[in-house]
Amino acid sequence: MFVPAIPLHRRVVMSAGLCLALLVVASLAIGVEEISLSSTARSVPLADLLSISRLPRTLAAVLCGAGLAVAGQILQTLTRNRFVEPSTAGTAQSAALGILIVTLFLPAAGLGMKALVASICALAGTALFLSTAHRLPPEQPHLVPLFGMVYGGVVGAAVTYVAWQNDLLQYLDIWTNGEFSGVLRGRYELLFVAVVIVAVAMLIAERLTIMALGEAQATSLGIDYRRMTQIGLVLVSVMSALSVVVVGLIPFVGLVVPNLVSRLSGDNLRGTLPLTALGGAILVLASDIAGRIIRFPYEIPVGTVMGVIGPAVFLWFVLQERRDA
Amino acid sequence: MIEIKSVSLVREGQRVLDSIDLLLPRGGLTALVGPNGAGKSTLLSLAARLLPLQDGSVTIDGLPVESTPGKLLAKKIAILRQDSGPPPRVSVRDMVGFGRFPHSGGRMTAQDRTMVEEALARFELEALANRSLDRLSGGQRQRVMVAMTYCQDTDYILLDEPLNNLDMYHARQLMLELRRLVDETGRTIVIVLHDINHASASADRIIAMKNGMIAADGTPETVMRTEVLEAIYGFRVPVIETNGMRLALQYASCAP
Repeated sequence: MFVPAIPLHRRVVMSAGLCLALLVVASLAIGVEEISLSSTARSVPLADLLSISRLPRTLAAVLCGAGLAVAGQILQTLTRNRFVEPSTAGTAQSAALGILIVTLFLPAAGLGMKALVASICALAGTALFLSTAHRLPPEQPHLVPLFGMVYGGVVGAAVTYVAWQNDLLQYLDIWTNGEFSGVLRGRYELLFVAVVIVAVAMLIAERLTIMALGEAQATSLGIDYRRMTQIGLVLVSVMSALSVVVVGLIPFVGLVVPNLVSRLSGDNLRGTLPLTALGGAILVLASDIAGRIIRFPYEIPVGTVMGVIGPAVFLWFVLQERRDA
Repeated sequence: MIEIKSVSLVREGQRVLDSIDLLLPRGGLTALVGPNGAGKSTLLSLAARLLPLQDGSVTIDGLPVESTPGKLLAKKIAILRQDSGPPPRVSVRDMVGFGRFPHSGGRMTAQDRTMVEEALARFELEALANRSLDRLSGGQRQRVMVAMTYCQDTDYILLDEPLNNLDMYHARQLMLELRRLVDETGRTIVIVLHDINHASASADRIIAMKNGMIAADGTPETVMRTEVLEAIYGFRVPVIETNGMRLALQYASCAP
């Protein structure tokens, strides 16, 4: 439902869609194994290369990006703070703790079990963050992300300690630094849950937008604030946990994309969530492609690429916010 | 009818409300006045189930607020509290439209849209309809919030200091508009005011609170008296009668 006054928004969505389509094609084409129609002497058949490796990798990046961006937007709504996202709220670190627990106590468990325990831990960790964040003075908005970073750091340190004690530091690196090079058919399908998460978020978009006005206003408009908060927490936690389990932690997507979208198209989530999802997919896929190209034929993990882009954009936002105020 | 029965509230060891009993029958514009910290906002929040009741009961048309589904109550009573938090980047029209949420559930019908346009016109916001809320002044934003509350289309409307940030013209316009709503549509409006002269000029009933209790309750004629105001505010306030209205002269140079 767009008011005729903003056809700009529609144009932005369409160009974002086009941009993503181009990136998908590029992602399918770029890699160590060269793709060209003329090459006959290839080591892997083209169909296999695409269906086993390139397509899963591309889809994983798209799903992770879209899901994490939407998760970041939800978390920002719940905290009423533009500067938080799953990796600065202890969500991702708690998920890593969950995987560690499964690895220690149920070493034979599959991806599904890991995802489940990681989601539960992420939920507990994020709920604790949220209940504390709500007690911080609202007139100091920068306290919330600050607290989140410290909190995430503490949980992360605990994870590192346990991993170190049990000689699992190498595994830990897999979960804490997001990377798509290991994504193969049969090892990423869990990520399709992101489609459900984004869909549910779009269904409750109007409620979320009203919740961003605060608990009192939302309650007055007949929204069950507590229940909606619980639903939001589940969406955020499951999405973050899945991405950590399958590809590892990808920081800053949930922060950068919602802020950019807010600047471009505002905060009425009903209109902007599709753009947020598209934006997340674009950012992660582009970062993954960049990671593949920069020191070809070697790769730079997407988590590292994002770790460079993210803080820069974040800083820019904070400075802009000050200029606007 | 809003029925408030022996409602008390203690916050951090401080008694904020002390066994308040209050009947607000249907219809009429009621002004809630009193010094800062008297418990006016708290009482309003309790009546509109924004705070959990500690003691006593509140019913709205016989529905107990603590056990009635929030969705149902949202069609009966609307409350506007004092502004909090950063303004969202949402257009004025969308914001006013959120007032329709209890009815539309997010899917606006043609009727909902008509109501939004009517609210925009009623509160003189048409020119701002496509502006983003974070680009408005405090007073403009305040009027948007009132329009949104109106759009909720409830029998009971509670407004906590809606005149905040409004200039003389818009404060008067808002009071006239509220008066018209009461007279033409039979709504029940309770409004927290600091300017008792607005209360005197527009309200049917003035309830004064002090230290968590009701200090005075009656028509403007009975409350707008020097001795009553002195008991509420703690200093002598000259009251004059002009144009059929009783006006308090609380200004610095109006020495008694």
